[in-house]
Amino acid sequence: MNAPVSLGAAGFLARYDAARHLLSGDPSVRDAAAEAFRRSGLPGGTSARRPEAWKYTSLRPIAETALQSLADDRDVSALLARVPALDSPLVVFVDGRFRADLSNPPAGFSTFAKQPEFGDLARPDRDPMTALNTMLAEDGARLRIAAGGDAGVVRLVSLATGAETLHPRHVLHLEPGARLTVLDVSIGDGTYLHNPVTEAHVGADAHLIHVRLQDESADAFHLATLYVDVAAAGTYDGFTLNLGGRLTRAEFHVGLTGAAAVAHLNGAQLLTGTQHADFTSVVRHAEPHGTSRQTVRNVLAGRSRGVFQGRIEVARGAQKTDGYQMNQALLLSPDAEIDSKPELEIFADDVKCSHGATVGELDAEQLFYLRSRGIPDQEARALLVRAFLQEGLDDVTDARIHAIMEASVQGWWDRQSAQAITERANATKAVGA
Amino acid sequence: MLQIRGLAASINEKPILRGIDLTVPAGEVHAIMGPNGSGKSTLGYVLSGREDYVVTAGTVTFNGVDLLGMKPEERAAAGVFLAFQAPIELPGVNNANFLRTALNAIRRSHGESELDAVQFLKLARAEAKRLAMPDDMLRRNVNVGFSGGEKKRNEVLQMAILRPKLAILDETDSGLDIDALKIVADGVNALRGPDFSALVITHHQRLLDHLVPNRVHVLAQGRIVRSGGPDLARDLEKSGYAGLVPEAA
Repeated sequence: MNAPVSLGAAGFLARYDAARHLLSGDPSVRDAAAEAFRRSGLPGGTSARRPEAWKYTSLRPIAETALQSLADDRDVSALLARVPALDSPLVVFVDGRFRADLSNPPAGFSTFAKQPEFGDLARPDRDPMTALNTMLAEDGARLRIAAGGDAGVVRLVSLATGAETLHPRHVLHLEPGARLTVLDVSIGDGTYLHNPVTEAHVGADAHLIHVRLQDESADAFHLATLYVDVAAAGTYDGFTLNLGGRLTRAEFHVGLTGAAAVAHLNGAQLLTGTQHADFTSVVRHAEPHGTSRQTVRNVLAGRSRGVFQGRIEVARGAQKTDGYQMNQALLLSPDAEIDSKPELEIFADDVKCSHGATVGELDAEQLFYLRSRGIPDQEARALLVRAFLQEGLDDVTDARIHAIMEASVQGWWDRQSAQAITERANATKAVGA
Repeated sequence: MLQIRGLAASINEKPILRGIDLTVPAGEVHAIMGPNGSGKSTLGYVLSGREDYVVTAGTVTFNGVDLLGMKPEERAAAGVFLAFQAPIELPGVNNANFLRTALNAIRRSHGESELDAVQFLKLARAEAKRLAMPDDMLRRNVNVGFSGGEKKRNEVLQMAILRPKLAILDETDSGLDIDALKIVADGVNALRGPDFSALVITHHQRLLDHLVPNRVHVLAQGRIVRSGGPDLARDLEKSGYAGLVPEAA
């Protein structure tokens, strides 16, 4: 086992300075990113003021935590066993490095290591974690689906076992009319930072289903930034299930840059203990007749904290835009917290946009109905929590992937022990009474 | 089977039941009629243990045990079943899973083995068929998107599967057409026997033509003001509650 290291912004920059001459890709891009990161630091990581985009999430814990890599060349079979079984191509990254020996990649696959291009959607100048990724990225998946092709399901898997920090750089490119479903899985052991940046280009009439399953180690930091561009009549259908990690954030920047483009940014977060999970998104409607849909469900137990920041921007010419966002939270404990900040910024005059948030405890009438049928109180509470999530999972329409998500929730549930959760729920009730 | 003595209950400190005395012997079906707001539904809720109703006086014994000291799930395990007037929707809860969870919870409390999914579905499909319910009602989420009549039939399906000793039917007939009404009545009649009793809350004689009660009670302003045989329901259908209901103060 290697010695633990604490990496504040200065630590990351020192690491970059030391590795700079070894890194591939355009050094001017990396240098510019380093310069941006030098200015921004880790949001909240110093006493400097936090930008608005990081209002509810401070990365100070990363700077203060000793990230500890485990022994090198560890046996990854235990983690591999947790990769959802599916008869589909598989792309595995271990500690941020592509592992051909563990993979069965689809046609059109390459890696960042072979083609170190940073893409044109990511904004290292604006987004600190993207700057950090751009400084230090060494590998990642590159997947291009040819026009009109249907690539089926591809599993994109990150296993963290030995590294303190992972900065994979992924690019998905769907040419016009192409179809692809990506099951994007993050799992790991240890105390580490997983900082993936993903670019998805969805061509005209193309259809990308992107299901993210975040089930990192309980001590991990997971800070994913995703940049999506959807051309005319294309669809990006995203769903994120957040289960693991100590402090996590999924940050989406989605541009609907063609007419009648569609984006779904749904998700569910199950948090307990002191977990913190942030779901942040910006959807920009640039052209008319676009549709965006977003419902994020939070189940918050213990002293966990959920964050939802959703912003819909409608440009002047984007008439007939249909935008919707909703954040729903079920608080199972008096100490759990949800921060919700939905925003609309509309410059067109003929649009339909709405947003909302609900925060609540379990419904007393539903609970009584179940108990009146003989279902004991704790079992009834657990059933209602599962039902709340089930509705969210129903946004995942592929039956096989839906089953995988259900199994993941079941696994989480088994690990947490429903008992502990419902006991906290009872504590809530006592306070409310 | 059921003995209610001097039962008074309130919600939000507002008295609703003001001293109910009622005995339902084993094997009998009793009808409860009365004007709106007389406390009929409250009686059903209090008997099944809804926590926002506070019992302020009286006793209820069910097969010799104190019912009021039991939790809702314990009452269900003991054999009390309330068919809700407005059945609750449970989005995200599959009807078959809900019914199996309930049945197995009750079986567990009796020390009986649980039914697996296959055994349960066989039972549930047979009961659903007897109630002329489409199979897909078992697959759908509990009461979500059900018509009013489907919700009521789903209550009767639950009753048929859980096989209670005391069924309280709270206006299960309202909103049903005549065919559905007969199906519901047949569902209850099928359970009738020496170990089964029912309290049937209704506004209409219609149901009682198919589900003939042993006794009829009129509830008004939180008290039973009149009891009689099945003829009482027919008389009420003609004359209404006038003369039975004390003038409002």
